[in-house]
Formats: sequence, C-alpha cells, structure tokens
Amino acid sequence: MSAPTIPAPTASVAPARRARVGKRRTSEAARKQRRRNSLLALLAWVIGLIFVAPIVWMVLTSLHSEANAATNPPSLFAPLTLQSYANFFGSASGASPWPPLINSAIISVLATLVVLVLSIPAAYSLSIRPVRKWSDAMFFFLTTKMLPMVAGLLPIYLIAKALGMLDTLGLMIILYSAMNLPIAIWMMRSFLAEIPVELVEAASVDGASLLLTFRRIILPLASPGIVATSLICFIFSWNELLFANVLTSTSSYTAPVFLTSFVTSEGLFLSKVCAASIVISLPVLIAGFAAQDKLVQGLSLGAVK
Amino acid sequence: MPTMKRKHLRAVAGLAVATATLVALAGCSGAGGSGGSGGSADGSGSTIRVLMVNNPQMVDLQKLTNDNFTKKTGIKVKYTVLPEDSLRAKASQEFSAQAGQYDVATISNYEVPFYSTNGWLLSLSDNVAKDSKFDQSDILKPIQDALTGSDGKVYAEPFYGESSMLYYRKDVFAKQGLTMPANPTWAQVADLAKKLNDVEPGMAGICLRGQPGWGQNIAPLTTVVNTMGGTWFDKNWNAEVDKDGFATAANFYVNLVKNYGEKGAAQAGYTECLNDLTQGKAAMWYDATAAAGSLEASDSPVAGKIGYAAAPVDKTKNSGWLYSWAWGIEKASKNATAAEKFIEWASGPDYAKQAAKAYGWAQVPPGTRTSLYENADYQKSAAAFYKQVENAIKSADPENPGVQKRPAPGIQFVAIPEFANLGTDASQQISDAIAGKTTVDAALKSIQTEAQKVGDTYKKKQK
Repeated sequence: MSAPTIPAPTASVAPARRARVGKRRTSEAARKQRRRNSLLALLAWVIGLIFVAPIVWMVLTSLHSEANAATNPPSLFAPLTLQSYANFFGSASGASPWPPLINSAIISVLATLVVLVLSIPAAYSLSIRPVRKWSDAMFFFLTTKMLPMVAGLLPIYLIAKALGMLDTLGLMIILYSAMNLPIAIWMMRSFLAEIPVELVEAASVDGASLLLTFRRIILPLASPGIVATSLICFIFSWNELLFANVLTSTSSYTAPVFLTSFVTSEGLFLSKVCAASIVISLPVLIAGFAAQDKLVQGLSLGAVK
Repeated sequence: MPTMKRKHLRAVAGLAVATATLVALAGCSGAGGSGGSGGSADGSGSTIRVLMVNNPQMVDLQKLTNDNFTKKTGIKVKYTVLPEDSLRAKASQEFSAQAGQYDVATISNYEVPFYSTNGWLLSLSDNVAKDSKFDQSDILKPIQDALTGSDGKVYAEPFYGESSMLYYRKDVFAKQGLTMPANPTWAQVADLAKKLNDVEPGMAGICLRGQPGWGQNIAPLTTVVNTMGGTWFDKNWNAEVDKDGFATAANFYVNLVKNYGEKGAAQAGYTECLNDLTQGKAAMWYDATAAAGSLEASDSPVAGKIGYAAAPVDKTKNSGWLYSWAWGIEKASKNATAAEKFIEWASGPDYAKQAAKAYGWAQVPPGTRTSLYENADYQKSAAAFYKQVENAIKSADPENPGVQKRPAPGIQFVAIPEFANLGTDASQQISDAIAGKTTVDAALKSIQTEAQKVGDTYKKKQK
C-alpha cells in the first residue's frame, strides 16, 4: 500500500516543493478569499442592521408610554406597556380600527385582481405574440407614470364629485388599478418574455387553444412573476395615502388615513403612531412572508433579463 | 369544437360577472357604513358626519358621543379625525367645493370670516343661537364676536377658546429675589430673561416659539408686533412688514430668543416649549393659555410652581391673542337639523359637566362660557390660572389689536385665506433668522415683498 506513495528521491523534490509553494499560494488565496468573505458578511450585517434599526426602534417606541417615547435622549430601557396598542383599538376615542382595515383590504385585493386580469393579457400581446409597434405601446404605458400624481388630484376630485363617487370603494379600486397597471404590464412583460416561444408553439401544434395554453403553459411558468407583481400592486394600494386622504371621508377611508388621525399638534403621539404603524404594516408583512419563495424566484427571474 | 366554445363562453361569462361586481362596487360605500342620511324631522335616526381636528379634548368628545348624544337624540355621529394641517387642507377643499361629504367641521376664528363671506357656512343665528337651553349669552363675548360673520350672524359655536399669557417659575423667581409684575412690559420681560438665563444648569431665561408655521412662531411674534406698534397691513392693504413697528418687534423677538432663549429654538414649537418648562429647562414661557392644564396636571413635575402673568405689552394695554376651535355647518349639508342638535350638545352648557364626570374638571374644554368660570368645581381644579385665562380672553380684541386700524380681523393672524401661505413663508425666514442663517432685516425685506403682493390683490378688489 505504502510503496507507491513513497516518492522517488530525485525526481520528486522539485514537484514537491512546487506543490508546497502552490499549496501555500492556494491557502493564501483561500485565506484572502475567506477574509474578503467575512468582510462582505460583516458589511451585509451592518447594512441589514441599518435597515432593521428603524423598525426595531418603532417596535420599542410603540411599547413605551407616550412620556417615555418623547424623551431626548431616548429612554431605551423604560418599562414596557401595551397602552398604545389599546389606544389603537379605540380605548381612548372609541373609534374602531376595523372599518378602515377592512376597506383597505377590499380595495387592495380587488385592485390587484383587476390589474392582473388586465396586465397578463396585455403583457402576452407585448412579448409572446408581440403586436405591431409593441415597443411604442410599452413606452406609452410608461409615459402615464410621468405626470406627477398630485397634478391629477384636483381633476379626479371634481370628476368624482360630479359622478357622486366620492367616498366609495369603487372609485379607489379603479384609481389604484389604473395607477398600478403600467408597472404591472412592464413587470409581467419581462416575466413572460422569459418563456420560450417554442413551448407555446408546441402547445398550439398539439391543438391547445389560446385559453388552454394560457392556463396550462403560461400561467404555471409565470407564476413567480405573477406573485411578485401582485405583491407589488397590493403593497402600493395598501400604502397609498394622498388620494385616499382627499377622496374618501367617513365610509371608505383606508388604513393609512386612519393612521394619520393619531398625529396631534397638542400633545404627545409618537408611541400611538408607532403602534398604529406596526399593526397597519402587519398584513403587508404577512403577505410578503407567505409569498417569499415565489417572490425571490420572481424577482430573480425578472433580473436575469 | 363544442367544448372549446363552452370554455370560451365560460370565460366570457366570468369576465362579465367580474365587471358587474366592479360596477356594483363603484357605487358602494365602505366598511364605515353608508354616508350621512336623513331621518325624521327632529333629526333622530339620521347620521351626521363630522370632520374634526385631533386635539386631546376632541378625542374625549368622540368617546363621550355615544352615551351622551346618540343615545339621547337617536342621531349617529361619524368622525374623521385629522392632524391640524391635514384638517385645514381637507376642510378648505370640502367647503370650497361644497362637496357635501361632511355636515359639521371644526373650524377656527381664522376661517370663519372668509368662509362666511364666501357663503360656505350655514348661519347658526336662527336656531342654535336662539335656543334658550343653549344660552348663547353665556358664551364669552370676544369668542362669539370672533365667530360672527361680517353680516352680524353667528357662523360657528366654540368648543374651546384660548388666549396667550406668560408662564414663569415662581420658585426660581423667589430664589433669585425677582418679582414678576402682574402686567409686565416686554422690556421688563427681556430684563428678567437676561437675569434668569442659566441660573440653573441648562435653564433658558425664556422659551419662545421659533418653529416655522403660521400657527407656530408667527402667532406669538405677531402679538409682539401688535403691541410694539406694527402691523402686517395698514387699513388700505399696504404691507408694513419692513416699517418701524414690525421691524422693532421682529428684531426684539429674534434677539431675545437668540440670547436668552431655549436650545434649538429655531425648531421649538408649542410642544417643545411645554416640555422645556415641564422639565425645568426654562424659567419663563410666553404661549397659549391652553398649556396651563398640562403644567398643573397631577403628573407634572412643576405643578404648583408656575406663576401666571398677562401677555407682555409695550404700546397697547393688552396683547394676548384669541383662538377658538369651533363647530361650523357646511351649507351643502343635507342633515342641518341633526347637525344643529350636535352643536347644541358639543358646545352646550351641559357638555362641561359630562366631560368632567368622565375625565375630571381639569380636562374640560375651557375658554368658551362664563358659566364654566363661575363653576365652583372648575374654579377649584383650575384655581392657579382660571382667572388669568378668563381675563386674557375677555380683554382680547381681534378687530382692533394694535395701535392702528386693520383691513381684516385677527390678532395673531390676518383672517384672509392668503395668510396661511404668507405666514408660513414668513415663519420660515424668521426661523432662519433665529438659527442665524439670515439677518432679520433681510428676512423682513423678503416678507414685505410677498406681503405686498397679497395686499395688492385686495387693493384691486377694493377698487
């Protein structure tokens, strides 16, 4: 066993040294690589902490009393209390947070569905079976995002007033669908463009109709993209404040509008607002976590292109 | 292929159902329930919608509504509560468009003069003010006058009212052997501020608002301007900002706060100054009378140590401001009867008792009714300051706050819609002057130009 491993005394000296030097070199390179990796890991941690810090601060503030939340320097180790959460659920004002949360949920879910129903066929006709001048169409969609939102606010307010649609869920659903549609079409197009056209052609050779191809081939392949797009649309609709503040009043007001109601110019409010922000962010966080796998797939799918 | 056709049909049907749902939803109101609705002739069974500023006493009212109003009258109330700046934006949009989304809104004596002239408000003279149970004569006169339109009709009823006064630390004064005159002049106050600055570690001589905002530093500054003989506009709408009176006052104010004022004065507003005085970081503070309740609250470390003096003066006899959050009814409201009932309750003589029962007399909205200042329970709980507040409000005169005639009412503001922008621009420059980023003279020069532009539009209207 051992005989073949004994090196020949003359011929093996140089290669052995070379190998040693080489080993040293590779181990040095590996050490360098490791050092670089650990530096990068440290950097990633620092950046991660910087991103998480405001949220941790928000959670901590929401658990402090108003007086402790307002001190400067911040009193990090003050006793914890759930008073601000009780306040959010109406202990001080008697106002229930459920109507705005339900309104936000209805508006965001339906607006997202409308966007999907319209953007997937549109993206199909811009990528898999591109219509003539499809790039002009894409650019047109993009231009609709170039007008500052606030410029459209007054005309929309007046139109909604004339149509008797102020303070209705339908108005907000239509608006949020329209706002998110261009982004959704752009996103869906980049996802659908990843699907090989040959697959679609093969399906049609086998006699599948357009709808069947859509259901059996395109939707399954594009599902990570669809999840990513829906989540973006849902988040945008859920978080929108400017239009909701102006166009809704007592019936269809959304969660962000309700959130602003905790701000006051006479007295302390930091803790209350933090508690409200956390509760209102929860649905989006939950949706994000639930869709995490698909989301990562979806985001990288678009990124490759 | 029949199956294909059926599938197509199914898809088309599905789309049709979805569209129909959307169209149906378009007219549907949200989980907040349907909007305002009429009930019987006395308003019972109807729902009114109220747009309200988020101040602590309003939140108390919201909580008290069901037991004390809805159960007795059968009128439901739906509130939208917003912070002050959002509320003003929303109210002006709502009232100018007469959109009918709200029946009642909190407006102040800043809005009432031009809202009423523009015909956006329902007059309360015919019903609310005539109701003997409501007792209009009980309302403090300066407050009522400030909520009356130029046609002599009452357009809003006060929820609470305030003036301004000077707070000082009695214990610190005693330790230093100083006394505060009952009616101090600004020269005396400046002298005291100099003596008191840094007598205790971290203690400023005086706290004055420096934070930008027409409702922030411009409010106290304008009262100083008034008493030092200045004004924003003379009676013919000529801007007077770079003239003697205004310039003297602005230089005095900025120098006082720069030399003996609080730390970070350029960003300190009502809340910051209240914190400073509570935490022993200021010996004096000139601000709204509304702060007295917080300073004397049971958990306040300075309770019992605060003295109260009238707003400091110079050329006028008094200089305190006048402010009131009040209820006004939108002219386009379809529930005027129910809305009037709501105001009769919220501004009525019994509300103070109901609020006191739930939250104690110290938390009752003050500054609106003579009867409150005659109430023994209130006198007891507000013993330290109620007289000073009552006197301050009673001596305020929004029509004639300075040494010359004015073209529009208002003490700490000019009650024209343009003042919100003008005042906010000006406040930014004053704040910059306090921070040392610009000089007072340069700031006044630029404010003068802006003010004259506003004045010119009114000159044209006069012609």
